[in-house]
Amino acid sequence: MQDQNESPVPIHDTAESPPAEEPSSKISRRHFLKLSGGGAVGTVILTAGVHAKAAALPPDAEVFSGSVSLQLKVNGQRRSVTVEPRTTLLSALRNQLEVTGCKEVCNRGECGACTVLVNGKPVLACMMLALDAAGQEIVTVEGLVQNGKLDPVQQAFVDHDALMCGFCTPGFVMSVRALLDRNPNPTEAEVRQAVAGNLCRCGTYPRVFEAALAAAQTAGKRG
Amino acid sequence: MAKWKPLDQMTYLGKGYARLDGPGKASGAVKYTYDLKLPGMLYGALLSSPHPAATIKRIDASAALALPGVKAVLTDVHPTGTLRYAGEEVAAVAATSPEIAADALERIKVEYDVLPFVVDLETAMKPEAPRVYAEQSNVREPRVESEGDLAAAFAQAAVIVEGTYRTQVQVHACLEVHGSVAKWEGDELIVWDSTQGVYASRDGIAKFLNIEQSKVRVICDYMGGGFGSKLQAGRYSVIAARLAKATGAPVKLMLSRPQDSISAGNRPNLIAEIKAGATRAGKLIAFSAKTYGTAGIGNNARPALPLAYDVPNSRTEHYDVYTNAGAARAFRAPGCPQASFVMEQVMDELAEKLNLDPLDFRLQNDSNETRQQQWKMAAARFGWSKRAPRPNASRGVIKRGMGLGAAVWWPGGRGTQAQMTILPDGGIEVRCGTQDIGTGTRTLVAAVAAEELGVPIASIKAMIGDTEYPYSGASGGSTTAPSVAPAIKNVAEKAKDKLTEVAAQHFGAARTEVQLADGRAFVKGNAKNALSWKQLCALFGTMPLVVHGEWVEGLSSAGVAGCQFAEVEVDTETGVVTVLRMLAVQDCGLVLNRLTAESQVIGGVIQGISYALYEDRLMDPLTGVLINPTFENYKIVGALEMPKIEAIIYDQPERGVIGIGEPPTIPTAAAIANAVYHATGKRMRALPMTPDRVLAALHS
Repeated sequence: MQDQNESPVPIHDTAESPPAEEPSSKISRRHFLKLSGGGAVGTVILTAGVHAKAAALPPDAEVFSGSVSLQLKVNGQRRSVTVEPRTTLLSALRNQLEVTGCKEVCNRGECGACTVLVNGKPVLACMMLALDAAGQEIVTVEGLVQNGKLDPVQQAFVDHDALMCGFCTPGFVMSVRALLDRNPNPTEAEVRQAVAGNLCRCGTYPRVFEAALAAAQTAGKRG
Repeated sequence: MAKWKPLDQMTYLGKGYARLDGPGKASGAVKYTYDLKLPGMLYGALLSSPHPAATIKRIDASAALALPGVKAVLTDVHPTGTLRYAGEEVAAVAATSPEIAADALERIKVEYDVLPFVVDLETAMKPEAPRVYAEQSNVREPRVESEGDLAAAFAQAAVIVEGTYRTQVQVHACLEVHGSVAKWEGDELIVWDSTQGVYASRDGIAKFLNIEQSKVRVICDYMGGGFGSKLQAGRYSVIAARLAKATGAPVKLMLSRPQDSISAGNRPNLIAEIKAGATRAGKLIAFSAKTYGTAGIGNNARPALPLAYDVPNSRTEHYDVYTNAGAARAFRAPGCPQASFVMEQVMDELAEKLNLDPLDFRLQNDSNETRQQQWKMAAARFGWSKRAPRPNASRGVIKRGMGLGAAVWWPGGRGTQAQMTILPDGGIEVRCGTQDIGTGTRTLVAAVAAEELGVPIASIKAMIGDTEYPYSGASGGSTTAPSVAPAIKNVAEKAKDKLTEVAAQHFGAARTEVQLADGRAFVKGNAKNALSWKQLCALFGTMPLVVHGEWVEGLSSAGVAGCQFAEVEVDTETGVVTVLRMLAVQDCGLVLNRLTAESQVIGGVIQGISYALYEDRLMDPLTGVLINPTFENYKIVGALEMPKIEAIIYDQPERGVIGIGEPPTIPTAAAIANAVYHATGKRMRALPMTPDRVLAALHS
């Protein structure tokens, strides 16, 4: 998996591949939601050469479809996926690559359960298109485990029982990890801010705060 | 009768320790139903009714079927064709990706006969309102219960409180939506279900599909929250099975978030017309409640009134009202948080009229001996004596107040079976067909077995969540721990007996002379010459030791008490209520794991705060559609709103194991409401206590 093509851009299944410097599609997940009135993604029209077409069209153009092969760099490994342009990073990770630590809960950017790190920053995988993630460093909760050893944040979540049903836990872990990466010694108020976009229905927020502060004590920085 | 050993001889029970599946959950390694992907698996999706009341005339699925990637469309998934709420299942598809399945739904053409509807409780009660069920009035026959002589009691009462109180509909909002993965192997069906009851799910699926229970296996390794909404088989499981049959492939069918919000259950709302009276000496003697609630198209919206306190003379008259909305389901202490919101405020109002401290009034009317102690302990810890004697005592814009409420719960344990297998290499497997809904069941299974056998908890492989394992009931009513723990102790005791026998033979000693402790076997007084666990198990030869056990009397009991105190701040300019701190005291008999027990109490309080201030399922009276089916508009409490929460487990190990899941969520909203009154001098008689309502009350 690791040493396939080093190309940082999507690899297309048509002859009309865009130039290598084309970083991403011109249509965002937000835009899709807007077009379709907020609910499920709207009907699509099948076209070929999706990516090139996307680049050429004005932002409010009708939607496109078709399959696109691309590579995602997930937890240090290059993985190939074939997606439609509207496929979210979350859907690609979960349904194609079976990287299921990132959870599908709201699929609208409301709950934080699908938080992953993209180039070190916390990102909601349900709000990013897989196309836009191509060539970027994606780290999911699975990727924090090094040589079978839990990240200090993960270990703190276990020790402080900062998880119950566990469905929100990967999202919280990633939000806390991202916080400690940029601020190794946060206050509780900063922890709260960092996880303000993560919902927990079992109600384990205070334990999350404890775990985050404890993880900061033991090892703010990874590795 | 079976007994637990004394607490001071316990290694695990009574203490706190990390849950065994914590690392798997924190690292994303464990798979929930929603995470499964079987080879060749298809993705199912449901088409929901856009109309709150309609009959299905015709469904044309040809355009959907023509879509590449669509493998099957079912147009007969609704049992009657008469739709009674917007969101009910109309058709189902299976496709090669979730995206294509969503497209297919849009291509299904349905002709409806649209019918009149009603979604509002009070409108539904009017004689001219459209009927939800044609053959039946929307207002059902009342359920009436009475005790004593109410009229005489009111005649004696020195003070009387009357008022109408309202609570909202709360949805479970499980982070993992309801759903299943179904796979056929010949005529046998395997369903991975996000369920609180693998056996209940299996039996329901078998019944709906009209096949034998032995042909259905239900598995739930991990599930993302249930709170009572996943106690029974879902229609989605059956539809997934039918799609799998139709396509010859495994099918995953998870509800969408909006579908989950409307069709997967809720806590019913309540309108309660209350009259209560007390004597000059401070005895509650009369309580009358006329209540209405809607469970949507379902039944049982009855509040548990009167709650917690002794009332010699009472009468309750409850009416379930049908509306065109999804049916209610059990939700963490069904009927209790809404009843507590009413009861505790009435208690405060009576106390005020009697010029009594609210706590003193409760102490005079609460016959529960445990709670008598808890009230006093909690009051001292919380600083109740520092409370301003009068409401609305704070000067300035921000006002502070304190309030309290009582927790109560009844059920205990029941039939559960378990099997223990000890392998020749020393491995220990415990099988029990219970499931973990997030409370830590897997860990308690291991801990009880480890405690009894005297081995490290990590050496136990706890196997749960599968109907291939011995029977256990659904995880509802706080019954799991008192059902499961005794069965595990029983099976471990039996295994220990056998092991002792094997050791005795080896040593050539009498069984009574042999001791099993710290994972070793030895003749009493000769611990130096011990068999290690591995050596002992190697004596089996090749055949593992297999024993069966079951729930037994004496290790669990029923009935708990608890109480909660709240301190709030009310901003009188904005109407925003901020909970500053909560204290919850709760007993649960013998604590199996202090860490997870405290987590449950904290979680219950948090769900109660959310109920008190934020959550409200809103139905549009004009369109009959659920307005807030997503987390963007259906607000659950988040990190920024967290108060300081102190959870104290009140130990009573002599009582055995009692469940702790529901009681901690019962009095939270009530305690907060009383604190808001204490802060402002204005009584909040409706939940949730949103800023607009608080401002309206302040300016009334």
